Amino acid sequence: MEFGHYLQINLASLPYFIPELILVGTLLLLIIVDLVLKDKPSAGWLSLIALSGVIIALIAVIGQYDLGTRSLFNGVLVLDHFSLFFKVLFLAAAALAILFTMASIELAGRPVGEYYTLLITLVLGMFLMAASTNLIMIYISIELVSITSFVLAAYIKRATRSSEAGLKYAIYGAFSSGLMLYGFSWLYGLTGTLDLYQLARSLSEVASQNPLAIFLSVLFILAGFGYKIAAVPFHFWAPDVYEGAPTPMTAFFSVGPKAAGFALLIRFFVSGMAQPSLVESSMWQAIGDIHWPQLLAVISAATMTLGNLIALVQNNVKRLLAYSSIAHAGYALMGTVVLTQEGYFATLFYLVAYYLMNMGAFLVVIVFQDLIGSEKIDDYRGLGYRAPIAAIAMGIFLFSLTGLPPTVGFIGKFYLFAALIKAGEAYYWLAIVGVLNSVISLYYYVKIMKYMFLDRPAEEKAGALPVTLSMNLMLVVLMVPIILFGLYWAPLQEFTRNSIQFFTGTF
Amino acid sequence: MIPNILSFIVFLPVVGMFIVLLLPREKKTAIKVVSAVFTGLQIVLAWQIYVNFDTNTTSMQFVEQVKWIESFNIWYFVGIDGLSVSMVLLTALLSFIAIIASWNIDKAVKAYFALFLLLDAGMMGVFVALDFFLFYIFWEVMLLPMYFLIGIWGGPRREYAAIKFFLYTLLGSVLMLLALLVLYFNVKDPVTGGHTFNMLHMMDQANHTGILNQFNIRLLVYAALFIGFAIKVPIFPFHTWLPDAHVEAPTPISVILAGVLLKMGTYGMLRISFPILPDAMKWEPFLYGFVTLAVINIVYGSLCAMAQSDLKKLVAYSSIGHMGVVLLGMAGLTSLGMNGAVLQMFNHGIVSGMLFLLVGVIYDRAHHREIDGFGGLASQMPIYTGIASLAFFANLGLPGLNNFISEAFSFLGAFGSEAFNLKVFTIIGTLGIILTAGYMLWTLQRVFFGPLNPKYVNMPEVNTRELITLVPLGVLVIVLGVYPNLVLNLLEVSLNNLVQTVLNAPSVLLGMQ
Repeated sequence: MEFGHYLQINLASLPYFIPELILVGTLLLLIIVDLVLKDKPSAGWLSLIALSGVIIALIAVIGQYDLGTRSLFNGVLVLDHFSLFFKVLFLAAAALAILFTMASIELAGRPVGEYYTLLITLVLGMFLMAASTNLIMIYISIELVSITSFVLAAYIKRATRSSEAGLKYAIYGAFSSGLMLYGFSWLYGLTGTLDLYQLARSLSEVASQNPLAIFLSVLFILAGFGYKIAAVPFHFWAPDVYEGAPTPMTAFFSVGPKAAGFALLIRFFVSGMAQPSLVESSMWQAIGDIHWPQLLAVISAATMTLGNLIALVQNNVKRLLAYSSIAHAGYALMGTVVLTQEGYFATLFYLVAYYLMNMGAFLVVIVFQDLIGSEKIDDYRGLGYRAPIAAIAMGIFLFSLTGLPPTVGFIGKFYLFAALIKAGEAYYWLAIVGVLNSVISLYYYVKIMKYMFLDRPAEEKAGALPVTLSMNLMLVVLMVPIILFGLYWAPLQEFTRNSIQFFTGTF
Repeated sequence: MIPNILSFIVFLPVVGMFIVLLLPREKKTAIKVVSAVFTGLQIVLAWQIYVNFDTNTTSMQFVEQVKWIESFNIWYFVGIDGLSVSMVLLTALLSFIAIIASWNIDKAVKAYFALFLLLDAGMMGVFVALDFFLFYIFWEVMLLPMYFLIGIWGGPRREYAAIKFFLYTLLGSVLMLLALLVLYFNVKDPVTGGHTFNMLHMMDQANHTGILNQFNIRLLVYAALFIGFAIKVPIFPFHTWLPDAHVEAPTPISVILAGVLLKMGTYGMLRISFPILPDAMKWEPFLYGFVTLAVINIVYGSLCAMAQSDLKKLVAYSSIGHMGVVLLGMAGLTSLGMNGAVLQMFNHGIVSGMLFLLVGVIYDRAHHREIDGFGGLASQMPIYTGIASLAFFANLGLPGLNNFISEAFSFLGAFGSEAFNLKVFTIIGTLGIILTAGYMLWTLQRVFFGPLNPKYVNMPEVNTRELITLVPLGVLVIVLGVYPNLVLNLLEVSLNNLVQTVLNAPSVLLGMQ
């Protein structure tokens, strides 16, 4: 009878699981088509299938906005606007990654069947990450994402760099998820539950008796989350993986799994470690005065500072963007420190901005990699005169990453700082660290600009570069919203604000 | 009277920029003409504003107010009073002149003029914005074109100078951003009760709530704003970007930099810091620190100018000294000093613009700027020498020329201040006049008099295009020297009101907490 009851709940949950089922269907179809077309040129078809799968899933996700919030599959997953927001973001990132792959020559001639299958699996894993409310489910979804990522990072089989990336990813991943699992086991031992909402309820009691144990388990768990968002000190894998992976995949890694990490981190802390504040409705407070917000603040400051400082000395653009993306995780973390609606809103808004500008920057790296065969900053000399559209686009992406108006990157940072300042004097220091970091980051972003525009191309390679129409088109498609949302961001703001709606449990 | 005239004057250059961008890059003359037409139209609009400006009211004029981002209460809110109208006129004039002075730019013409027009829009925007958020956007929009204008078209060390300028000013503006946010969250909109970026609401102390009633927070906000503006002025010790930027920038950009950009620092103080946080401004450690820095600016800037062998660097350091006079004039909180200071901002824009143009003229011919590398140019270039002498004498404050009045007002105002005792500071500051006279005359002698350097026997006289840029400024130097009321009339009512507001504000709001 127990079993039948659970089965019934599970079956009833399926209609709310359609986007995920679409992804599963897509990846099965990819495997079959890949098998059938074994020896024929099939890249075009496979790309098309993957892309249509993603788009159909996107439509299905958008359709779910009206369904309200509910718990699925006996409480291991939830459907709420918060998770839908991230699902939209993941699919948008995946769609771009597929388009980048199609347009790039880096993977041309290689079998792409497994590549797309893994990509779609990765997206599925991230979907689960954004919706998990159960510690075991959290762990499984993280592992699903991690293991597929290892393989994808090492996808270019004979390149040492790529294999090294895969191996490093795997070792760091295993280590940090081990730590996280250990942290989960402490929490389970202390509270006897795996469900986030029950955890929150029993925690207030346990925390008063044993605050240190809870704090330590949070520390361990943060190793897992920190690994996913590449926060200091769990960031060591990022530069090697970003440099070694195929560039379209790097673009995706820098946005997708990172955003998924944020989704998980926010949900874990809001649902499991905090309770709505009694003073103000738009705020939360940490249960039992465990100092995890302060811990997040320190990680945030360390992450952006270290990321920016190391980025200063890079001379490979992919590596530079890797460190810059570490720094951006630090910025986005600022919003999670203050436990307010505004803070989470700012983080989410920033992730959208970051998606646009970072994807854009990597696209330019792909363009130049294809055309000049290098990703060294030195080789970017004079590209502003040889490929003006791509270089100007890069300029806009980089200025947006710096956070200069009128770009969406500025608005994103503005909201983050606004959230900190609004929360009062306690986090002024973090805001100051944040703005100073923006100034530091300007130096290395502008360094790329300097090579592209201030330096003339060497005589022997001064000719215009044949950037393909599809590349230019994609650049424009990414460039326009960055400026547009920099000038009028109300629609994006509405969309994001609607997403700060958590499933609050069944009690 | 044209409706929405301020929007037109701000966004005309943006329209011009788009037209320039659409033109094919080979059509260099067409690009230049379009730029000249659009900046010329700006002057026509500026003239309209000048004619229609009501000099008898303290309230904002030509106001436009449109909601921009509802949920954050951000408005497109522009308007001008006496303080800003002078800067709008100056910006329009110098932009046009700088475009004419850019005529011999030959490298990447299209990009140059497009960026210049964007810069122009940003500058105008700063001076008309009354919503702090809008102000900040315009303030930042200027950085990007400036970086490229110095970095691509500048001198040999242009890359270093450009990034230094960029980093310094960004450092200042991010601190301003934080101050802006503290103000936003602690000033209530008197109508809706929500938060507001409206500068006029911020100026009304009754709207200050929350932690903005804590004196230490007010000091902190004031300090953050001060650093932001001080970097732009630039005030010692934040000045080191200026000589580099000036030396490396192409002539027209130096004109804009000295003529308009430096003024934004002092403009920001008068528009934002002083009226919004008058008690912090009047807090004695801050005030006397401020005045000390002003005096250091004057004396140190002048001494550095004297030590330079590069003519352009000399003019750059001279700017630091003259901006010190502006600061001193502002600090005394007297009507005389305040009017003198803002008039000095206007006059310095004209004179330093002229000086940079003059340096550009001989640099184009001799390809160096070593003061000692010339000599006896007077016999070869009499017209040039005449104009140069006019600018040099104006710069050293000769009576009858424009700087004399404004410097005298600034010093007298500071000396006569009743609110603070600035007498000693003023006396030290006036040393600057002597030093300036010293280095300007010494330079005049070395460059123009004595035996003609045989290398330059064939140096061509100043040409028509150069005259077009120099003569209008020269005329203003004389006219404003004789009849400064042309500008003072615009300023007086607004500035007196500002002085009264700051003076009357309670010295320490709600006491030390």
